[in-house]
Amino acid sequence: MAHITASVYTSHVPAIGAALDHGKTNEPYWQPVFAGYETSKQWMKQNTPDVIFLVYNDHASAFNLDMIPTFALGCAAEFKPADEGWGPRPVPLVKGHSELAAHIAHSVIQDDFDLTIVNRMDVDHGLTVPLSLMFGQPAQWPCPVIPFAVNVVQYPVPSGRRCFALGSAIRKAVELFDEPLDVQIWGTGGMSHQLQGPRAGLINREWDNRFLDRLIAEPEALAATPHIEYVREAGSEGIELVMWLIARGAMNAAPPDVVHRFYHVPASNTAVGHLILENRR
Amino acid sequence: MALDKPYKDIPGTTIFDAEQARKGYHLNQFCMSLMKRENRERFKSNERTYLDEWPMTEEQKLAVLARDLNRCIELGGNIYFLAKIGATDGKSFQYMAASMTGMTQEEYARMMLQGGRAPEGKRRIDETR
Repeated sequence: MAHITASVYTSHVPAIGAALDHGKTNEPYWQPVFAGYETSKQWMKQNTPDVIFLVYNDHASAFNLDMIPTFALGCAAEFKPADEGWGPRPVPLVKGHSELAAHIAHSVIQDDFDLTIVNRMDVDHGLTVPLSLMFGQPAQWPCPVIPFAVNVVQYPVPSGRRCFALGSAIRKAVELFDEPLDVQIWGTGGMSHQLQGPRAGLINREWDNRFLDRLIAEPEALAATPHIEYVREAGSEGIELVMWLIARGAMNAAPPDVVHRFYHVPASNTAVGHLILENRR
Repeated sequence: MALDKPYKDIPGTTIFDAEQARKGYHLNQFCMSLMKRENRERFKSNERTYLDEWPMTEEQKLAVLARDLNRCIELGGNIYFLAKIGATDGKSFQYMAASMTGMTQEEYARMMLQGGRAPEGKRRIDETR
């Protein structure tokens, strides 16, 4: 049977991708951001999974306002990096894992989560920036990736509690898969940031760090946080953090090992947060 | 009974909810059309003519022509869609963000380097400090 062995949490700021793609990682502005992922890249080399289930959101790239799925599971064999208006990022094609994705769809829908199944979808910076941060710039991504896009753009977005419960249904589905696969689940987006209106630029370091503490120690209680608190405290786009709860909900109930924790302000308009949690064996 | 929208009292913030999305559907889809190079070129060659192809309100068209992003948001625009106008203009996202705050891009970038905009006094419209 397959297992979820670890979860990774990271912001997916587009400017980080642009800095990497344009060779700016050693500039004084960016150096501290990439330094925070050095440990992670080493860990990734030693712990490359068979599949990554990657929770992210699309930013008006694959989805426009014609259709707005709350939870969209990518079941295709491959996914192209999206052209977000500046040309696609120069990163490898993302190879999917159709068999596991179809299996998860079946199991999770039977557990009352009405997923949208997507068989053709380009993936934007929300998915590719985390891969770049964790793997650097390889010619091919080292393992298949199942994209899982969550609507956090048009309100209401799914609640933290719903996301946490969905994570638990994903864990169950993975454990019902017959091949002995090592699966990681990644939750991306956040941390505090607001990209719109006169309040743009909002950052809440204290709230973010409390979120990280609680994500590690008391995720189920954290999942009860209402939307309004995210918006008020972490900015209108800080709501992306509900996606971290899907990944956390997919971890075992026993406390995880904290492999790495990192926090930095700013990357462009955003606070960067990052965690690696391992299930105890 | 009215829907619960507790986010209406946050200063300088418009939540893109189903009501805003309904108002802004054509505005946002116009923005989406700028993902294609030939549309960007047609828009740049005559903005007004291009906008007139879309069933947007006159107010929305004027807000786009003025690059008044706050007004666009008020009229149903969403920042991820509006960002495509900035990309068409060759502007960075940080330029766009700064333009909504009344700061210059340099002032805004400095604020971010110093830790960003603090939440104190910005949580509620009636918050007094």
